[in-house]
Amino acid sequence: MGWAISVHGGAGDIPLSLPPEKRLPREAGLRRCLDVGIAALKAHNHPLDVVELVVRELENNPHFNAGKGSVLTTSGTVEMEACIMDGKTMKCGAVSGVSTVVNAISLARLVMDKTPHIYLAFDGAEAFAREQGLETVEMSHFITPENIERLKQAQEADRVQLDYTQPIQKEVPKDAALADGDSQIGTVGCVAVDNEGNLATATSTGGIVNKMVGRIGDTPIIGAGTYANHLCAVSATGRGEAIIRGTIARDVAAVMEFKGLSLKEAAAYVIDQVPRGNAGLVAVSSTGEVAMPFNTTGMFRACATEDGYSEIAIWDSPTK
Amino acid sequence: MGGWAIAVHGGAGVDPILPNERQEEATRLLTRCLDIGISALRSNLSAIDVVELVVRELETDPLFNSGRGSALTEKGTVEMEASIMDGPKRRCGAVSGLTTVKNPISLARLVMDKTPHSYLGFAGAEEFARKQGVELVDNEYFITEDNVGMLKLAKEANSILFDYRIPTLTTCGGGAAMENQLQMNGLPISLYAPETVGCVVVDKQGHCAAATSTGGLMNKMTGRIGDSPLIGSGTYACDLVAVSCTGEGEAIIRSTLAREVAAVMEYKGLNLHEAVDYVIKTRLDEGKAGLIAVSKNGEVACGFNTTGMFRGCATEDGFLEVGVW
Repeated sequence: MGWAISVHGGAGDIPLSLPPEKRLPREAGLRRCLDVGIAALKAHNHPLDVVELVVRELENNPHFNAGKGSVLTTSGTVEMEACIMDGKTMKCGAVSGVSTVVNAISLARLVMDKTPHIYLAFDGAEAFAREQGLETVEMSHFITPENIERLKQAQEADRVQLDYTQPIQKEVPKDAALADGDSQIGTVGCVAVDNEGNLATATSTGGIVNKMVGRIGDTPIIGAGTYANHLCAVSATGRGEAIIRGTIARDVAAVMEFKGLSLKEAAAYVIDQVPRGNAGLVAVSSTGEVAMPFNTTGMFRACATEDGYSEIAIWDSPTK
Repeated sequence: MGGWAIAVHGGAGVDPILPNERQEEATRLLTRCLDIGISALRSNLSAIDVVELVVRELETDPLFNSGRGSALTEKGTVEMEASIMDGPKRRCGAVSGLTTVKNPISLARLVMDKTPHSYLGFAGAEEFARKQGVELVDNEYFITEDNVGMLKLAKEANSILFDYRIPTLTTCGGGAAMENQLQMNGLPISLYAPETVGCVVVDKQGHCAAATSTGGLMNKMTGRIGDSPLIGSGTYACDLVAVSCTGEGEAIIRSTLAREVAAVMEYKGLNLHEAVDYVIKTRLDEGKAGLIAVSKNGEVACGFNTTGMFRGCATEDGFLEVGVW
């Protein structure tokens, strides 16, 4: 037993040659968010509050594809989505099409806590945010020059870009192409369990570069990108379509329950079922285990457990 | 075993004092839709085409809560959503927040077939619809007098019972004031309008498909998304089975109901009937919902923990049943 926490900043074709100026700020971001989460758990905050706090940090960090730093739609706008779930009560909240709310994950939390609904989107979500007095800003707040450039490149290449961490280049390598191009690299997420076995998960994203206006990915879909019950809490990242049809987050818990697998085995099993290069996830169990499997080149991730173990990684590590 | 099978539904949770006339109308519509599906199956249409065809019929008819006849938002407008899933390869398409698209299920199909995405919502979905040249109408087209009246009553009920901004304590059974009245989602059943529609089919090739469409919850907040467009919650199809759910959206989402049926078949080895039974009995807790399902072996099953579910099912070997209770 004991608490455990895991954080991700997106899975994808993160090239091993990722230059330091792109790698270091992200590693630093993960480290900082992990520390924020650890401190909160040590202070006996409920995992639901912990995951919201950590994801808010990730949203505010412009190096990740959520909140500030979100990738752009084909119209050059930002449409963010987020989702939060409490494993014990199975209460959940989700939002999509958010363009002015500084922290979409907090809006999702309010949908969960303050409405009889689970999921609000677009104008309705924005109106609710204002009603609740959440911090809102001009959409330009979220847009970074890097993402403007990425969109430009994607539109020139006339494809939906896979990996937002790829150095912006004129020629996108052929093997990075996907026939239907729907990928959701760069989502952020956090899962946590306290030493009483309370579980929670939170995921947030800007979506995929050059996405159609109105496109919704896996992140706000309970059971796809986000899920928690009494067994485990899961946050997934990767190609949205693959995650949706694979009901990835839900399946980890289902496999634990119905096949009696451990968290690590269940998480690995579920990721194995997804075509290579498409998904990754972070998960914690009620007994304090952690799993961070991925079948992409890399996944920005970090984890820590009460017994003192901690890890920050991008590519394969000896202990996965 | 084997052969085609089809099931349709027009919502779980029926007012026990529903007038006979209305029951008859519902039965006629379900029978008509079943017949359309059966003809299509006999003509060798694939499962995915059949479910779309049948749900279009249900959307066009103003009786149930989808397309024309949709429940109204708190503003008195209609916002529709739908999803469709093709078992082989588990391809899927979904839409939400539609206000002018005559047949939401067909737009969901286009999202699946013509975009690199799985789900489009609101203005973006409407724009896509325009570009695809699907039939568009004014929002007024979907609004029926019946529902305008229901909305008014729902607002009155809410203002007496509770403020929607306060989280509901239970998903049914309500507060002290509503002790003896049948409720779903905090509203008296007569006002709740849970009549989401859906269709599941397995064709002669053993391919399964599912489709679900709805106007959503009466008096919902604008922008509210329920279970119907969410893959794994309201709709799911894979190699083994196809499922479409209806009832309290929030309960269906929390329990990822549609996926649950498939998961217990896949991971616990239950057959279709056992799976449907198990899921309805153990996965809904306080929530009220129902579902229809078909398996690749040509079996069909319905399950619900509500008072009634508008449904119809048929199999190739001649079984046919339409029911309300």
